[in-house]
Amino acid sequence: MRIGVFVCQCGTNIAGTVATDKVAEAALSMRDVLHAETLQYTCSDPGQRAIIDAVQKKGLTRVVIAACSPRMHETTFRRTIGQAGMNAYMMEMVNIREHCSWIHSDIDIATDKAIDLVQKGVARVRRQVPLYSTTVPVTRRVLVIGGGVAGIQAALDIADSGLPVTLVERGPTIGGNMARLDKTFPTLDCSSCILTPRMVEAKQHENIRLMVNAEIEQVRGYIGNFEVDVRKKATCVIEDKCTGCMICQEKCPGKAPDEFNAGVGQSKAISIPFPQAVPMVAALRKEYCRQFINGKCGVCKKVCPADAVDYEQVDEITTEMFGAVVVATGYELYDWREAYPDYGGGQYPDVVTSLQYERMLSASGPTAGHVQRPSDGAEPKQVVFVSCVGSRDESVGRPLCCSVGCMYIAKQAILTKEHIPDSQSYVFYIDIRATGKGYEEFTRRAQKEFGAIYLRGRVGKIYPSNGQLVVMGTDTLSGGPVEIEADLVVLATGFSAARGAGELARKLNISYDQYEFLSESHPKLRPVETTTGGIFLAGACQAPKDIPDSVAQASAAAAKVIGLLSRGEIETSPMVAAVDQLRCIGCFKCRDVCPYNAIEALELRDGRQVAKVIDTLCQGCGVCNVACPPSVVSLKGYTDNQLIAETMELLR
Amino acid sequence: MAELKLIGFLCNWCSYAGADMAGTARMKQPGELRIIRLPCTGRVNPLLILKAFQQGADGVLVSGCHPGDCHYNEGNYYARRRLELLSRMLPAFGIEPERFHFTWVSASEGARWADVVTQFTRKIEAMGKMSGAEQGTPPAKASCEAGVGAPDEQTGSEDAVPA
Repeated sequence: MRIGVFVCQCGTNIAGTVATDKVAEAALSMRDVLHAETLQYTCSDPGQRAIIDAVQKKGLTRVVIAACSPRMHETTFRRTIGQAGMNAYMMEMVNIREHCSWIHSDIDIATDKAIDLVQKGVARVRRQVPLYSTTVPVTRRVLVIGGGVAGIQAALDIADSGLPVTLVERGPTIGGNMARLDKTFPTLDCSSCILTPRMVEAKQHENIRLMVNAEIEQVRGYIGNFEVDVRKKATCVIEDKCTGCMICQEKCPGKAPDEFNAGVGQSKAISIPFPQAVPMVAALRKEYCRQFINGKCGVCKKVCPADAVDYEQVDEITTEMFGAVVVATGYELYDWREAYPDYGGGQYPDVVTSLQYERMLSASGPTAGHVQRPSDGAEPKQVVFVSCVGSRDESVGRPLCCSVGCMYIAKQAILTKEHIPDSQSYVFYIDIRATGKGYEEFTRRAQKEFGAIYLRGRVGKIYPSNGQLVVMGTDTLSGGPVEIEADLVVLATGFSAARGAGELARKLNISYDQYEFLSESHPKLRPVETTTGGIFLAGACQAPKDIPDSVAQASAAAAKVIGLLSRGEIETSPMVAAVDQLRCIGCFKCRDVCPYNAIEALELRDGRQVAKVIDTLCQGCGVCNVACPPSVVSLKGYTDNQLIAETMELLR
Repeated sequence: MAELKLIGFLCNWCSYAGADMAGTARMKQPGELRIIRLPCTGRVNPLLILKAFQQGADGVLVSGCHPGDCHYNEGNYYARRRLELLSRMLPAFGIEPERFHFTWVSASEGARWADVVTQFTRKIEAMGKMSGAEQGTPPAKASCEAGVGAPDEQTGSEDAVPA
């Protein structure tokens, strides 16, 4: 056996704390190691060429690379040694960066550890055998979850490539939060004017199937072949019959909160969220419907000219296969009320969220674009904006930046002046974060052209006084307290992940953070992939972001999906379980514990029943390996032999 | 005191990535722990942990995905059942159960990982090294190789059950 060890310096990332030459020297004394060298950047082209050279000149049969995390470059180096003519799996990566040089400051400690880890890698690779992947056909259909701007963009891009897309939206219409915005920064484009054509396009696209009022029930399978149950919720309206005439909504006597308008104004128990909804179909909310609460009403059924109302409708579950999934579940506004009692905790009607204010500014909103304060309908003359409510605030456990607050405050201050020319806007801010194209200029315009007065400091308290609100804060630039009398206070509330994002992530088996924002596979290099193959992220479900970034990420996710499905088949990992059938006792404990039903019974010629692994179903978790009483089920690449050797090597 | 020997068995999808994250964020940690990467905590054979103790580990840490978050749906549930049982059996082998720790760290919990390593190392430091009486005879290099059992080129299916 001929083993080569390559120790990466990663510039000074590793070499700064680990004496890499000592590690290479120590490696030379390890069993079967006949080549060891340090490389400045192993992943670079010269680094990879050095490996290929050494493999070919010295006839290496196994390679250990001590560098960064295998999660970062394992595939890179498998490809490298593949190019050198070796089996791609005869390589072991040892993590001496994330798990060593970056977390220690003492050179001796870090170097000792690096040597131990290399020793472990050598022990492991000595017991490695060549592995060969197989291919499985993929389902050339795509599921997009969430019909906001990101989901729509991803669906359209994928559909344009010829792949069929199912776009599943939880609410009664697509459009998401963007449909609720009046204008967009920094261009002041009308939000609806740019979004609604895309919504209609999605509805009419020959390759897109729209499912509204639908949620993901369960997900099985893996990259290339996901089997997904979708629950189509009963809305008591037959979608194909409804013409969107809205007569039912007009006549309905049941009042209901107006979710589309963020609680400004009221809606009906049966309604269409807004006049540009896609699809233009009514939905009934049973919790507000008199027919369901009192058992009598039936007005909507009587007045519907299309006979589309059906009170007996029940949820339907459909099951479909998809090759890839794009998650675009977006965000909702942080519910500030409990965390900010000093701002009234929701008790003062004239303290509104930015989204509520957006609806007040919108010509299609409940006040038809006339800004009226909720308490008495008067036009506010003094409007105070409070930034970073539920963001950048450690005291309420929300240290994250919402990334758009600074910009939408500037936008709303400009719009306020346009709607009410004799008004004065005040903005309490911590920092102005205006990093996008044209953003800085936009915030300057709000101040210079539209006269918004910016005060740097947090607001401590808001309280009512003489029919107005007093906003108490500090101005950290002048160094003193400020009190401003306001007719209306707008809170720039931060972003929360969409309700149920964590639950959906668990169904999809993808990671999420403490705020239930979904985690990307790598923050720099794999920003739209998740840790689960075949599932991609788009938009604010991953982290707060603005419209251009959401759209860009959606197109990136679409490109990934198209790339994945363009080949028609995918390589499966060869690191799957294998059964030594000669020694299998046929107890099938492995089959009992397998989460993927990847083990079946096989009858040998002598009549013995033994276990057999279905390679294409096995995902390589190794649960069966542990369950097997005679230890004859083995997970390739993680055999008992290898794990014991690694353990023992570290304890020498 | 001789250096402590601590072994960590980590799930590739969550805790290993969490440890990567802690590294990327340069969160300083004690240097005793050595990490072995696994596809899933469901791959951790309790006998492997006993083997580690027998071979002189002063502490063994297993970290996987939070319940409900397993990359393989249910591997961590198997791990939980197996390792819970193992933990109760350790005193019978003369191993203090505190030397074994089983926890959950997700891919986004870098800070939590750094904290787990620090706490665990401090705890074992306070307990000191395993006393010779409790510990199996640490093998020399040769017996170590022999202990692995199977020839190098085999897939591992032939090796004996550890311990």
